[in-house]
Amino acid sequence: MTIQSSIEEKLLSAFSPLHLDVVNESNQHNVAPGSESHFKVIIVTSEFEGERLIKRHRAVNAVLAIELAEHIHALALHTYTEKEWNDYYADNTPLSPNCLGGSKKS
Amino acid sequence: MDTIERIKEQIAENSILLYMKGSPKLPSCGFSSQASQALISCEEKFAYIDILQNPDIRAELPKYANWPTFPQLWIDGELVGGCDIILEMFQQGELQTLIKESAAKNKSKQ
Repeated sequence: MTIQSSIEEKLLSAFSPLHLDVVNESNQHNVAPGSESHFKVIIVTSEFEGERLIKRHRAVNAVLAIELAEHIHALALHTYTEKEWNDYYADNTPLSPNCLGGSKKS
Repeated sequence: MDTIERIKEQIAENSILLYMKGSPKLPSCGFSSQASQALISCEEKFAYIDILQNPDIRAELPKYANWPTFPQLWIDGELVGGCDIILEMFQQGELQTLIKESAAKNKSKQ
């Protein structure tokens, strides 16, 4: 299974999201073609209701702990409730920055 | 001093502290660049630590913070979040408030 589909599967089963987008953005970075190192996740779920951003991100990071420890170099996270999504972010999904070269493992 | 002690001291001594790749003037990563730009726009002094120059901190801080990636913004001893959180709070005006409050608190202490 690719890292991308394992991320998708885990998030689907953990959060029953209303909307989930897992984008492999590795090609924007200084890594070999076909890499699965940089991802963006947009996830909309009622489970984030009333939770601060740091708590939402921690919840996602916990579900993806193995991927983060072993495979993923960068994970852009956009975590919304249904209301936040419908009111604003569905039409204004954030873009990730381009690489500045710092992704090389030291 | 061991690395965790150094980290604790840095967080305790700098009320607004950004762990990043590179420096605000010369960031080495797009996420660190966006995060430091947002902080600069808040117009208060902040400290930064370049984790590329400090491989021990780069290795230990994610475990200590229970936060897997960089940048990391710490305010008043607490982890606020990474790049996406910093930017979202900035767009909502929440980051500016948090930073101003922290800066004011520390000015009154001096």
